[in-house]
Amino acid sequence: MSDLTRLTAAELADKIHTGEVSAAETTQAHLDRIAAVDGDVHAFLHVDAEGALEAARTVDAAVAAGERPASPLAGVPLALKDVLTTKGVPTTCGSKTLEGWLPPYDATVTRRLREAGVPILGKTNMDEFAMGSSTENSAYGPTRNPWDLDRIPGGSGGGSSASLAAYEAPLAIGTDTGGSIRQPAAVTATVGVKPTYGGVSRYGLVAFSSSLDQAGPCGRTVLDAALLHEVIAGHDPMDATSVDAPVPAVVDAAREGARGDLSGVTVGVVREFSGEGYQGGVLRSFETAVAQLKELGAEVVEVSCPHFTYALPAYYLIAPSECSSNLARFDAMRYGLRVADDGSHSAEEVMSLTREEGFGAEVKRRVMLGTYALSSGYYDAYYGSAQKVRTLITRDFAAAFEQVDVLVSPTTPVTPFKLGEKVDDPLAMYLNDICSIPANLAGNAAMSVPSGLSDEDGLPVGLQIMAPALADDRLYRVGAAYEAARGPVLDKLGELEAAK
Amino acid sequence: MTTTVELMDYAEVVERYDPVLGLEVHVELSTNTKMFCGCPNSFGGDPNTHVCPVCLGMPGALPVVNGTAVESAIRIGLALNCDIAEWCRFARKNYFYPDMPKNFQTSQYDEPIAFDGHIDVVLDDGEVVRVDIERAHMEEDTGKSLHVGGATGRIHGAEHSLLDYNRAGVPLIEIVTKPITGMGERAPEVARAYVTALRDLLRAMDVSDVRMDQGSLRCDANVSLMPKGASEFGTRTETKNVNSLRSVERAVRHEMTRHAAILADGGSIKQETRHFQEADGTTAAGRTKETAEDYRYFPEPDLVPIAPTREWVEQLRGTIPEMPWERRKRIQDDWNLTDEELRDLVNTGAIDLVAATVDAGASQADARSWWVQYLNQQATSRDTELADVAITPAQVARVIELVGSGELTNKLARQVVDGVLDGEGDPDQVIEKRGLKVVSDDSALLAAVDEALAAQPDVADKIRGGKVQAAGAIVGAVMKATKGQADAARVRELILERVGA
Ligand SMILES: [Zn+2]
Repeated sequence: MSDLTRLTAAELADKIHTGEVSAAETTQAHLDRIAAVDGDVHAFLHVDAEGALEAARTVDAAVAAGERPASPLAGVPLALKDVLTTKGVPTTCGSKTLEGWLPPYDATVTRRLREAGVPILGKTNMDEFAMGSSTENSAYGPTRNPWDLDRIPGGSGGGSSASLAAYEAPLAIGTDTGGSIRQPAAVTATVGVKPTYGGVSRYGLVAFSSSLDQAGPCGRTVLDAALLHEVIAGHDPMDATSVDAPVPAVVDAAREGARGDLSGVTVGVVREFSGEGYQGGVLRSFETAVAQLKELGAEVVEVSCPHFTYALPAYYLIAPSECSSNLARFDAMRYGLRVADDGSHSAEEVMSLTREEGFGAEVKRRVMLGTYALSSGYYDAYYGSAQKVRTLITRDFAAAFEQVDVLVSPTTPVTPFKLGEKVDDPLAMYLNDICSIPANLAGNAAMSVPSGLSDEDGLPVGLQIMAPALADDRLYRVGAAYEAARGPVLDKLGELEAAK
Repeated sequence: MTTTVELMDYAEVVERYDPVLGLEVHVELSTNTKMFCGCPNSFGGDPNTHVCPVCLGMPGALPVVNGTAVESAIRIGLALNCDIAEWCRFARKNYFYPDMPKNFQTSQYDEPIAFDGHIDVVLDDGEVVRVDIERAHMEEDTGKSLHVGGATGRIHGAEHSLLDYNRAGVPLIEIVTKPITGMGERAPEVARAYVTALRDLLRAMDVSDVRMDQGSLRCDANVSLMPKGASEFGTRTETKNVNSLRSVERAVRHEMTRHAAILADGGSIKQETRHFQEADGTTAAGRTKETAEDYRYFPEPDLVPIAPTREWVEQLRGTIPEMPWERRKRIQDDWNLTDEELRDLVNTGAIDLVAATVDAGASQADARSWWVQYLNQQATSRDTELADVAITPAQVARVIELVGSGELTNKLARQVVDGVLDGEGDPDQVIEKRGLKVVSDDSALLAAVDEALAAQPDVADKIRGGKVQAAGAIVGAVMKATKGQADAARVRELILERVGA
């Protein structure tokens, strides 16, 4: 039954709930696939076969007893980014400092998945503490892009996107602080959604940048992402920044969009996201996508968001500032790595030496940047100015959304690059997120949906759709319509594999 | 470690310098749960039993503000005549210390919930001093470190340290005064009176245990001196570890005499944190930091701003009880007390007890007499606070009632109270068990009187001869014979009746 790994989550759910296949065999098929290919891909840091099969058997027992499934996704297995806590199951955040740590509690997202009967296959690889765009910053080695094992799968959630593209899992959870769901989705030809800030609880999401972090659904289709979105979203009293509002009807929106009619929808093309730094094939793919949206009946207009140009520098002040504080707790006192505790070092020295050994270069770089940006005498010039830019970007979005229902742009300026290509050039690496960061700064919803392969290198390109806060359903309507018109992209990976 | 510090004579200090005080008081709120999580907020407990992922700063855990703590903060602000912010945020105060689980303290920085208030403080002689309040803000407490080994009990030189996070995340309100100037020689007394007033206020509001000995009320005293007549403040020191009201006064006084000696000698004060030493009333320098701590404050992104509606604030204003000192003033007027009588009441902590005893039916004079005198002595000899002695105001009122009706003499009444304090039951049960009822049966008393008169015929003659005061000897004999259970006044009457005087 290896075919099970080629089905969408919606198809699998249907078969499991009608008893055509069992959740256990579905889960086992994916575990087998992981065993077969993950040596090459390295999407997973930890595989929890027993836990996943046990959850699957519970679903099967319920189906056999004629009970209603716990959720529309009950029995469909999933890959969970290793930045969300799982009680008693390792959670490393891709960092050496948390090697061996067994969290005493489940993240709210984890809990909701368990309650929904979703078997968790394991924890996926990521850039350390979600800082990076390639997973090369993982302390446990990089993940490779199934489209080309010498290329990056995006980051920080490269493990989650690669697990989908490699058919190791039909669903995955990512987290997106500056593009960590959308950029990996774009470069692996999968779907990734950053919900409205506060739409999905952050409780148990190990914080990188609290005001930007947002967990979200990843899948191979827009409908699958929508189904997962509804499982994990909703108000959580454990997260003060969680939005206390009904979850947008994203599944309905995806189904409506799939009918292929976008008449009455106004789409804005962001003028600032083109030109220098954008690969020709990416821009051509984007133009084709815009033309397809028109064919679907959408009205397309160009809009200007002048302050988006400052999004990247503002992000690289706010995110490091918050991370310098969020990561202060990794001090060897209560959990995680502890070095130099040999009786000859003071507590302060143990803290300092542990942090020196436990954190990788990129994490240290950002902690130092943030510490500097928050220091007395520099705060106003750096953190304060960045917050002002953030307000201006939010206003740009507000003005644009007075004219249009959604905004579109390429998700990333370039197709996936080679491992090692940008690892010594942080600024080049940071530019990967130039299109995705504004939505994080403003707290909007945004999606990346595959928009074919670049005509110059045959590598995946993503179309980014952005919607106002709490209007996540618009992403799914437009995304599903475009997906239906564009046709599957990931299938070409199968053709490529077959051709090898 | 001990170095002899020259101190200036206090009279000379206040002749040459003007002290400036700044008092920072931390109050642990007595909410059921901690500031940002659902763990119980209670003193003590086995180490690390009142903890959860949130207050341990576990990766991924997030804070949620305790609404009751915000309510208490607003009420405290209102009681201190502060403005209440329409919109304010928490901030992170970043520094590394092992007893702080996140290595930042969630506090308020430039947006306190309450600001610009004042409190009127009554000194021992009745003078009223207004202390201006800069701000009152919310924050969380840290855990506790126990440093094992080493001489000082501090982290420096310890062999190892133990950490208890039960206190981590307990809600705190920090109340900061504006500089208190112009107090002259009374500055130490003002400091004590201010902290006393705060304690009484917070106790009356039932928002904190305000136990300085347990750390639920902590005072840091900032002290500086400037030459008489100057207007520019001198360099200050901040004295911590001040664990009683008396220590507040001693610490301020000590710092004044220490500063003055250094300044008079041409030296300069080092801005530093000092620790009060209870044993000898001096202060010792804390560990000096080579560089000023930069806390890198920024708004706490895990919490949303707090915007108390004006309706809510006004509703809370209605819950502020009468200020303790206003209540005292009212009681003084109602009961027609002299300043001295009022001071006795306040100093013994008897005011609420007397009021409750009056409410239970006793006259205020009797109630006051019992609590301020006999019961206060008993509290002292039993080494307990007056409020903690094992008798209720209602029981005291019952004893007073029995004395009033003549069923108990004062002497017997004290024995009844002793019985209650010893746990023998309520007053009536003690009377029953100990057989302490007054002998009010005249025939029984007459027999005793006759017997006593017969035993001392010369005294009987003296009384008959008009020396009425000689009856005292017979009264004494009768009281002895009845084991004190007779009413002495009645015995006297019977004696006079018997001898026909
Ligand atoms: Zn707790």
